[in-house]
Amino acid sequence: MNVVVLVKQIPDPANPYELVDGRLKRGVAQKVMDPGDEYGVEAALRLVDQFGGEVNVISMGPAAAMEAIRRALSMGAHKGVLVTDDALGGADALATARVLAAAIKRSEFDLVIAGVESTDGSTGVVPQMVAELLGVPQSTFAKEIEAKDSSLTIKRQTAAGYDMVECPLPAVITVTAGVNEPRYPTFKGIMQAKSKPVDTVSLGDLGLGGDDAKPTQSVDAVNPAPERGAGEKFEDDGTGAAKVADLLKQLKVI
Amino acid sequence: MAKIWVYAELSHGGAVEKTVFEILTKARTLGADALECVALGPGATAAAAALGEYGATTVYASDDDTFSDFVAEPAAHVIAELIKQHQPSLVLAPFTYDARDTMARVSAKLGLTLHTGATDVLAVDKTQEAIFGGAKIVDVALGGNEPRIVLLRPKFTEAEPAGGAAANVVNVDVAVPDETKRARRTERHEEDATGPKLEEAPVVVSGGRGLQQAENFKLLEDLAAAIGNAAVGASRAVVDAGWVPYSMQIGQTGKTVKPKVYIACGISGATQHIVGMKSSERIIAINKDPDAPIFSLADLGIVGDALKVIPQLTDEVKSRKG
Repeated sequence: MNVVVLVKQIPDPANPYELVDGRLKRGVAQKVMDPGDEYGVEAALRLVDQFGGEVNVISMGPAAAMEAIRRALSMGAHKGVLVTDDALGGADALATARVLAAAIKRSEFDLVIAGVESTDGSTGVVPQMVAELLGVPQSTFAKEIEAKDSSLTIKRQTAAGYDMVECPLPAVITVTAGVNEPRYPTFKGIMQAKSKPVDTVSLGDLGLGGDDAKPTQSVDAVNPAPERGAGEKFEDDGTGAAKVADLLKQLKVI
Repeated sequence: MAKIWVYAELSHGGAVEKTVFEILTKARTLGADALECVALGPGATAAAAALGEYGATTVYASDDDTFSDFVAEPAAHVIAELIKQHQPSLVLAPFTYDARDTMARVSAKLGLTLHTGATDVLAVDKTQEAIFGGAKIVDVALGGNEPRIVLLRPKFTEAEPAGGAAANVVNVDVAVPDETKRARRTERHEEDATGPKLEEAPVVVSGGRGLQQAENFKLLEDLAAAIGNAAVGASRAVVDAGWVPYSMQIGQTGKTVKPKVYIACGISGATQHIVGMKSSERIIAINKDPDAPIFSLADLGIVGDALKVIPQLTDEVKSRKG
C-alpha cells in the first residue's frame, strides 16, 4: 500500500509568536512540523509496516518546510516532495489543495492521510478539497483505522460520539490527535533521513500557473476584539472555594 | 439581485443543526432579495416549517437516505448542481464536521471561494473571523466568482425566529450518480451523556491538565451534580491524552459553549481552548499558575490547586443550596 502523508511546517504552537515592542512578530518563533501531522505519519507507517509499500511525505511551503519532511523521514517515511514557489505566499485552502493534489498525482497512491486541520490555519477543509480534486472518496476525523483488501474501516469521531465508515481505496482520510502514539525519531532514523530521496518542485513543475495559486480571499482590516477585562484574582488561602460559591449564588445559578 | 442560500444540515434523526437558525437570523439582515435553504436527507421536507419560521421562503429538499448513508459526495454533487441551476450569490453553512466535508468538495468542484470558521458575515462578499484566540478580529474580503461559501462557527449570534410561514418545499430533482456513493456510514454511536448538553447548560465546569489524572474528573462531575443543571467539559490536552471522550472537548476543534457561568479548573487557557469559551457570560478560573493566560479573561480567578479547591467548592455549593 502506497501512502501519501500531507504535512505542514508551522510556528511552534508551544511558543507560536513573540511580542516585540508590543507588536506581534511572526517568523521569530521556531518552526516545527504540525504536531497533528505526527499522527498521520504514524498511521501511514503502521499501514505500510502491515501491507508493504512506501510512505511519501508531501508538503507545500517555503524552503524551510523541508525540515517538516525530514522530521517525517526520520520517523521512517521513505521519500518526500516539497512544493515551494514564491507565487504560493498567502495561498488559501483551495489554492493549497490544487497544489497538493497536483503533487500527489505525480505518483501512484492508495491512500492520502492528513491531520484533521492545521494547528495554525485551522480551516479543516484542505484534505476534502484534495479528495474532490483527486476524484476519490474521503473519511475525516478517524480515531481508529483498519485496512482490509481494498477498503478501510474507519471509526470516525462525531460531535455526539462516533460513526463507523467503510471507505473504498484509493481515498483521502484525516486523523485526529490520539488515533495512535506517534513514534519518536531514533538516532538511526535521523541519520537515515539525510540520505532519503526528496524532491523540491515549483508550480510550473506541477503544470500549474500563478492563477491556480491565487487566493480569492484577503484580509481587509485587523482590529482588536472588544476587551474582556480581567476581574479579581485571589491567592487561595482556604477561602477561594467560598468566594466562587458566593459568586455562583449571586449569579443565581445555585 | 442577491439570493442567499443556507445549507440546513440535518442531524441524524432529522433535526436541523442549531447553528442553521443562527445563520438564518443573521442572513435576514443582509438585505437579500431571497433567503432559501437546501436540506438533504431524512427530515428535509419536515424541516420546512422550522426553516420558514426563521425566515427561509423556499427549501430545496430531498428526504433520500443516500445523503445520510454516504459521506459528503452525494450531497456535494447535488448542491453543486443546484448552485449551477439557481445561482445564489452566497452560500452559508454551519462550521460542523459534515458541512466542512460537503462544502469543501463543492468549493473544489466549482472553484468557489470558501471561508471556513467565520465568526460573522457582513455582506455577500465580506466576513469576519476571530484570530489569536479571539484577541483580534479580521475583516475578510471574499473575491472570486459567486457564490462564495462561508462556514460559520456555532453560537456566532443569537437565533431569533421571524415568525414566517413554513418554507415552500421544492423537491430536489438532481439524480445522485452511483459513483458518488462510496464512503458509507455503517453504524452510528452516540455517547451516553447524563445531565444537560454541554452546549446548552447554563453552567459549564471544565477540566484540564491541572487535574493531573483521568480519575480526578469525578471531582468535576460531583461539582456539576451539586450545582445542578451543569455540564462537564474538557480541554484538548486531556482529550488527546484519552482521559475523557472527544464529545467533552471545548475549543477550536471541539465545541463552542456560551453558558452563564464557565468554571475552568486546571486549564491554562491555550488559544485553542479560549476560542470555544470566551463568550461565556461569566468566567471563573482555578489554576495553580498565577500567570496562566486563563486569568486574563476570568471575572474571578483563584490561584490555587484545583484538586484542593474543587471538593471544597462542591461542599460550599451544597451548603448554600441547603
